[in-house]
Amino acid sequence: MVEPASTVGIPVNATPLLKDELDIVIPTIRNLDFLEMWRPFLQPYHLIIVQDGDPSKKIDVPEGFDYELYNRNDINRILGPKASCISFKDSACRCFGYMVSKKKYIFTIDDDCFVAKDPSGKAVNALEQHIKNLLCPSTPFFFNTLYDPYREGADFVRGYPFSLREGASTAVSHGLWLNIPDYDAPTQLVKPKERNTRYVDAVMTIPKGTLFPMCGMNLAFDRELIGPAMYFGLMGDGQPIGRYDDMWAGWCIKVICDHLGLGVKTGLPYIYHSKASNPFVNLKKEYKGIFWQEDIIPFFQNVKLSKEAVTVQQCYIELSKMVKEKLSAIDPYFDKLADAMVTWIEAWDELNPSTKA
Amino acid sequence: MSSAEINKNEVDIVIGALNADLTSFLTSWRPFFTGFHLIVVKDPELKEELSIPEGFDLDVYSKTDMDKIVGASNSTMFSGYSCRYFGYLISKKKYIVSIDDDCVPAKDLKGFLVDAVSQHVTNLENPATPLFFNTLYDPYCEGADFVRGYPFSLRSGVPCAASCGLWLNLADLDAPTQALKTEQRNTSYVDAVMTVPAKAMLPISGINIAFNRELVGPAMVPALRLAGEGKVRWETLEDVWGGMCLKHISDHLGYGVKTGLPYVWRNERGDAVESLRKKWEGMKLMEKSVPFFESLKLPETALKVEDCVLELAKAVKEQLGSDDPAFTQAADAMVKWIQLWNSVNSSS
Repeated sequence: MVEPASTVGIPVNATPLLKDELDIVIPTIRNLDFLEMWRPFLQPYHLIIVQDGDPSKKIDVPEGFDYELYNRNDINRILGPKASCISFKDSACRCFGYMVSKKKYIFTIDDDCFVAKDPSGKAVNALEQHIKNLLCPSTPFFFNTLYDPYREGADFVRGYPFSLREGASTAVSHGLWLNIPDYDAPTQLVKPKERNTRYVDAVMTIPKGTLFPMCGMNLAFDRELIGPAMYFGLMGDGQPIGRYDDMWAGWCIKVICDHLGLGVKTGLPYIYHSKASNPFVNLKKEYKGIFWQEDIIPFFQNVKLSKEAVTVQQCYIELSKMVKEKLSAIDPYFDKLADAMVTWIEAWDELNPSTKA
Repeated sequence: MSSAEINKNEVDIVIGALNADLTSFLTSWRPFFTGFHLIVVKDPELKEELSIPEGFDLDVYSKTDMDKIVGASNSTMFSGYSCRYFGYLISKKKYIVSIDDDCVPAKDLKGFLVDAVSQHVTNLENPATPLFFNTLYDPYCEGADFVRGYPFSLRSGVPCAASCGLWLNLADLDAPTQALKTEQRNTSYVDAVMTVPAKAMLPISGINIAFNRELVGPAMVPALRLAGEGKVRWETLEDVWGGMCLKHISDHLGYGVKTGLPYVWRNERGDAVESLRKKWEGMKLMEKSVPFFESLKLPETALKVEDCVLELAKAVKEQLGSDDPAFTQAADAMVKWIQLWNSVNSSS
């Protein structure tokens, strides 16, 4: 059995790293009570709340947090016709928050994620760990068996080439979850009681050329390095699929990071995932994805971006063309998705003119 | 999998004796070595007699045995840390577990001694997942599974060729690193086993390793010998080179290599600063090896491990031979190794 940490009595972080350079993006339809528990670690930072579902509902934000909030009406107003690329009735809408942010870094977290305890019982400041991960190089070109070589107490092992010890810039920090694990619906149905109680005390770089399932529950990234590729796709209302938003983004960012020589880390920090979603509802959402991913994965494994694609936007547009060409045969959905990918980049560039490709 | 479930008859524990007195080593491992057959191979350059405590089922091999089985001219292939490869050669078992003679059992996070042998065999008996990274690490262990987004067609995994364990206390750092951080010791117990993804290269350490001999035995090559190779790990690279070969061949044949648990506790030995005084050519050789392995493609027709090794040797000679005589020697050693492997194992 694993319990969340209590943060009662922990003072608000007096030296919050990157305070003015990081936005916290939170999608929600219910309430933000969970922020109360995160107060010591998150209060110094600016929040971007993306309200999904009924825009007339008022979302209560705990006092003391500095935030901007966008509901569907705001999204439509700001993007006009381009708002079609932002999902409705799905947490995928969070990527609107990435687009509208003006900061260098993003931390995104789900509203059912609490503070975890490390094995000593101490409350884990997940944001601080993500920041450390992002500020520190990655090592995608050669696997270090002692995991993160830059960590206190660790290093590169014997045989690790010296020319690769400077590492690459870190674009993404993918955190994990104690308690309710991020399983798909079939696994949830077979193992409804399984809880993740194993605290694996490591951060590691996912090697170049390797894909992974990126979970959006506890994620941070360098918006300047990879932001435009963090599109969470077309999910939810009016779409044939759900719960593949973060997966889609994860496959896209990984091939682009590999192409551009950027690193993606996974491991610490842990958060405590408190709520298990309904597996039957999940199954309906994921159903097509389970079949489609069998074709999608080989597609991404074989993607080769051109030498001329040197910015994230260029890479992403190239990718969208390949999606249209190669995946439309699976389902017309991919044709729509490819168009939405282009719309997303257009919208991104409009809202972020200084970073235009 | 507890030690009760492992079929001990399928395992040989191979120990390379670089130290003559194996009493404290074997005594400390007794709880976990009991019931297994041990092959102890004495470094042919070690002059003293071995001290071995009673109560183990073991066979000892020395230079005399090597001369008899592979011929005196070939015994040089098995000097120093490479002596253990002689044990790999003559073993008849499915799995090999090999631990350096300066390591003792480590303690896990709960304070219990780690049964490294059982953990290695469990790793080898369960599939590996090199084609897609599972963010919860080993999906087959108790309390874990494949995460959302992991393709179902890849969930049966592939055979595991090798299990690379880790080290607490004295980690396997190179001499410059350990010399710079003289006081640094590894105290971090990372509670995970994971598969190193296909195409990813890694430095495999021979200090605490196990492999499926039936699957990839011939690929565990004793080939790269540094000019000033010594009797401390800081002065060798044979395992790292052998590991690059093994990983490449495993990727080619569709097998997996795991890393992580089990940990062993590595005792203090040697002086990194002293080792640093020797001209450290290992660094140069690794730099040349990386682009070589990165671009290497074994022919599709190489379907047997032995053929893969021979193709690899050919490529080493052609592409790296002119860079450094150590590579030419390594290529020749790999060819010789396969000859020995075939002759020793065909008569069984």
